[in-house]
Amino acid sequence: MHFLHGFLLFLEVKMKILVIGGGIVGSLLTKELSKYENIDVTLVEANYDLGAGVTKANSAILHGGYDDEPSTLRAKLCARGNKMYDDLVDELGVPVQRTGSLVVSEGNDGDKKKIIELYKRGIANGVSGMKIVEGEELRKIEPYLSPVFKYGLYCSSAGITEPWIVAINSGRLAESNGAEIMLGDRVVGGLVRNKRAVSAVLNSGKKIQADIFINCAGLYYEEIAKYFDVEVEKVLLRKGEYLLLDKAAKQFVNGVIFPLPTKMGKGKLILPTIDGGVFLGPTSEDLKSFDPEDLATTRNGLEEILKSSDELVPGISKFNWIIKSFAGLRPETEGKDFIIKRDEEISNFITVGGIRSPGLTAAPAISEYVINEILNGQMNIKLIKKEKIVERIPAKIRVREESFERISELIEKDELYGRIICQCNQVSEREIVDAVHSGARTIESVKLRTRAGFGRCQGGFCTWKVAKIISRETGIELEELIMNNENSYLLEGKVR
Amino acid sequence: MMKGINTDVLVIGGGAGGMAAALSAAREKSDVILLERENSTGGVLNQCIHNGFGLHFYKEELTGPEFADKLFNEMTLDRVNIISESYVSEVDVENKTVRVLSPDGAYEIYAKAIVIATGARERPFGALMIPGDRPSGIYTAGLAQRFVNLENRLPGKRALILGSGDIGLIMARRLVLEGMKVEAVVERMPFPGGLLRNIVQCLEDYNIPLYLSHTVTKTVGRGRLEKVEVSEVDENYNPIPGTEKIYDVDTLILSAGLIPQVEDISDSLQLDRVNKGYAVSNSCETNIDGIYAAGNNVAVFDLVDYVAAEGWVAGRHAALKSKGGENNTEKYPVIRGKNVSILVPSYIDFNESLRLYLRISKPIEHGRVILKELNIEKKFVDGVPSEMIQMVLNKKKMELIREKGGLFVEVVEDE
Repeated sequence: MHFLHGFLLFLEVKMKILVIGGGIVGSLLTKELSKYENIDVTLVEANYDLGAGVTKANSAILHGGYDDEPSTLRAKLCARGNKMYDDLVDELGVPVQRTGSLVVSEGNDGDKKKIIELYKRGIANGVSGMKIVEGEELRKIEPYLSPVFKYGLYCSSAGITEPWIVAINSGRLAESNGAEIMLGDRVVGGLVRNKRAVSAVLNSGKKIQADIFINCAGLYYEEIAKYFDVEVEKVLLRKGEYLLLDKAAKQFVNGVIFPLPTKMGKGKLILPTIDGGVFLGPTSEDLKSFDPEDLATTRNGLEEILKSSDELVPGISKFNWIIKSFAGLRPETEGKDFIIKRDEEISNFITVGGIRSPGLTAAPAISEYVINEILNGQMNIKLIKKEKIVERIPAKIRVREESFERISELIEKDELYGRIICQCNQVSEREIVDAVHSGARTIESVKLRTRAGFGRCQGGFCTWKVAKIISRETGIELEELIMNNENSYLLEGKVR
Repeated sequence: MMKGINTDVLVIGGGAGGMAAALSAAREKSDVILLERENSTGGVLNQCIHNGFGLHFYKEELTGPEFADKLFNEMTLDRVNIISESYVSEVDVENKTVRVLSPDGAYEIYAKAIVIATGARERPFGALMIPGDRPSGIYTAGLAQRFVNLENRLPGKRALILGSGDIGLIMARRLVLEGMKVEAVVERMPFPGGLLRNIVQCLEDYNIPLYLSHTVTKTVGRGRLEKVEVSEVDENYNPIPGTEKIYDVDTLILSAGLIPQVEDISDSLQLDRVNKGYAVSNSCETNIDGIYAAGNNVAVFDLVDYVAAEGWVAGRHAALKSKGGENNTEKYPVIRGKNVSILVPSYIDFNESLRLYLRISKPIEHGRVILKELNIEKKFVDGVPSEMIQMVLNKKKMELIREKGGLFVEVVEDE
C-alpha cells in the first residue's frame, strides 16, 4: 500500500513553486523545499546575492524570545527558531555564538515590573536559560556596564550569528538539491487567471509559470502582492542606523546588552559581532514616505547612538574605534505580527511578510511553518522527501579560525591558503577564490562571504586585490566590476 | 612538516623603515630576515611615482620606486634574507618567536632581536561618520593611487578630495594629469594637513581650490556616488547650517589621516597616548627588551627620509642586541609640554644620539622649541603642524638629561 501510494505520486507531475525574494526567509524556505521529491522550486532575487537586503543590515542577534506576547506568531516562531539554529550550524556551517543577552534597568519599581514581565513572557514562550540578575551580578556578566544599572534579565540562549551566510549557504545547499536560484532579476509583473496566480514576469523578460507562489520580498512585499491582485497589510519602513567598532572594543563587551524595551522597539544596543567587532545601535526612525532604497545615515542618528552607547558602557564611544556607519530598514506593519498566510482569494499565493524583529531568529521556524501549516496543512499537499539529498554543504575553512598546525597542513596541499589577502581579518586567497567560484561576483559579495574588507582598514589594503582575483577567476574586466548593485561601478576605465 | 628558522635579527615589514633596518643590521654583520606581506618590498613607495623622496637619506631627489629600489639593491648586496608574501600571524615578544603564513608554508622564526616596521594604514571612510548614502566611488587616497598608478585604472570622472594630507594633495594632481576633473580639496582643520610644497605644486599649480575649515557633510548616490555636500565648520568642527554647497562628483577621495599599525602584534608593547604608535627610546627600543620599532608605526612622519633614518637606527641596535652587546635599562622619559602634539622618542637611553621629532599642535608664526633641561632653544618661523621639526643632540649634551631625570619639550609662541 505504501509502495503503491508513493509510486502513484511519483508519476504525478512535479509541483512548481516560485519563491520571490532571497532574503534569509526566502532562502531558508527554498532550501527546505528543495528536499522534496514532488516539488520543483525556483528562487528569484533582485540583488546580485542572497541576503543582500534587510538580512544584511540588522543587529544579527539570535533573540531568546521573551519580548513578544505568547499569542503572537513572533513569539512562537522566535523561540522555536532560536533552537533550530543549532541544526543550521551543522547543515550550513553558519557561525553561531551563544553569547547570552542582558536586558538592563536601573531597578526602580517600574523597571522591576517590566523585567519580571519579560521573564514571565519568556517562560510562557518556552525560552530557556533565563535568569533575573541583581546588583553586582550584572557586572559579573558585563564588567564594563554602567553602575547605574542594577536589575536585569539574563538569557543564556540568546546569541549572535552571520545572517547573510544563512541566506547564501541556504541557496548553495538548495542548488545542490536541484533548486534554481536566479540572482539579479526581479519580479515586475504577474499573471492571474480565474483567481489563480499563473506566472511571474521578470525584469529580464523571462516568464516563470508556477503552481504556487510564495512572496518573501521583504520591503517590496506589497509591490509583489499587487502584481498578483493580493491585498496585504501596508508595510511601514523603519530605519535603524548602526556604528561598527574596531575589534579593540570587544574587550568591553561580552554579550548582547539591551536597555529596557519601549514602544519603538528593543532600543539601542551594544553587542559583539561574529567576526570580533562591536555593534552599536540601531536607532529607530519611521520613514515619512515609502522609500525602500533609503539607506542613508543621518547626523542625528549617529550622534544619538554614541550617546546611548555611552549610557550603557561609559566611554565606549570615546576611543575613535568607529570603522563604519550604515543603516538598514525594517518592514513594520500596523498589526505588528508576522503575516504568514495563504491568500483567501488567490488561493495558490502565500504571503510571508512583515518579517521584522525577531525575523532573523524566527526565519528557520518560518519556513517550517510555511511547509507544515500552510502547504501541508491548509493546502493539503503531501510532500515526499527525496530519497537522496545533499545533507550539508562542506564546512568552510577560515584560516583565521584554524590552528597554526592545521594551516600548515592546508598550505602543504594548497598554497593559496598561505597567501593572506585581507590583512585585518586574515582571509586567504583560497577563501576568496572559493567565494568567487561559489557565485560571488561583486566586491560586497566577497566581503560578506569571506569577511575580507570587514576589518579595521575597511578594504583600504585589500579592495584592489579582491577586485583582481574576481576579475582573474571570472574574466570580468576590472572596470566592469561593481560593489553591490547595478550602478555601483568601481572604476571608470583604463588610464591609458 | 612545520619549519623553524633561526636568525639574529628579524624585521617585520618591508617598507622604507623596515628595509633600512634590515640593511643596517646586515651591515653590522648580523643574519637578517626581512618579512614582507606583499610580493615585493617597498611598501607604499611602490605606488608613489612622484619625486621628492631621498633628499636627506640619499642626498638626491628620487621617486618612490627609485628610493625603494635603491634600498632593495643594497639589501641584496648585503645578503638580507627577504621573504615576501609572508603574513605574520602571531608574535611572542618575550621569546622573540614569530609565526608566519606564506604560500611556501607556515613556519616559525626564532630571533634574537626584532624590529617591527609595520607602517600605518589610512583612516577609512567609515571612521568619519559622514551622514548619507553608502555608494561606490569613495576611495582612500592610497587605494585610488594604487588603482591609477599600478593597475592602470581611473576611479571616475569628477572628484572631490576630503582632507589635505600629502597623499590627498599628490592624488589631486595625479587625477588631473590623468584626465579627471578635481573640483576641490576640503580640509576640516583651519590649516592644511600636508606639506607646503605639495600645496603649491599639486593644488596651486593646477588651480585646484583648497577650502579650509570645510568638510563633507553628506554623500548622495544609491549605486555610484552622485553628489557630496560640503559645509563650513566652526571652531569646534561642527558644520555651520546654511553654508552647504553641493558638488556633482562621482568620486570622493579621502586623505583623512594615517593610523599607526600597532594592533595584532602584541598587547604587551607600550603605546604613546598622543602618537598612537609604539613608545620607543632614541635607540628605537620598545618597553620589551630586544623589540624595536621604527617608522610610521611609532608616529606618522612627514618624510620617508626620517622613516628610513629611524629604521637604520633600529636595525643597528637590534643587531648589537642580538650579539649581546647592549643594555638599555637606563631610560628617562621625554615629556610633552604645551603646543606639542607628535613627539618622538618617548624615552631617552644612552646608546645613541638624540633625534627629536615633533609636530606643533597649531600653526605658529614665530616660535621656539625649548629644551629646558639642556638649555637649548630652537627658533622657527611660519611653523605648521604638517611639517615636523627635527633636532639632533649628541651624547655629550645628553648627559644633562641623566642628571635631571628626563627631558621636557615645549614650544612657545613669540609675538
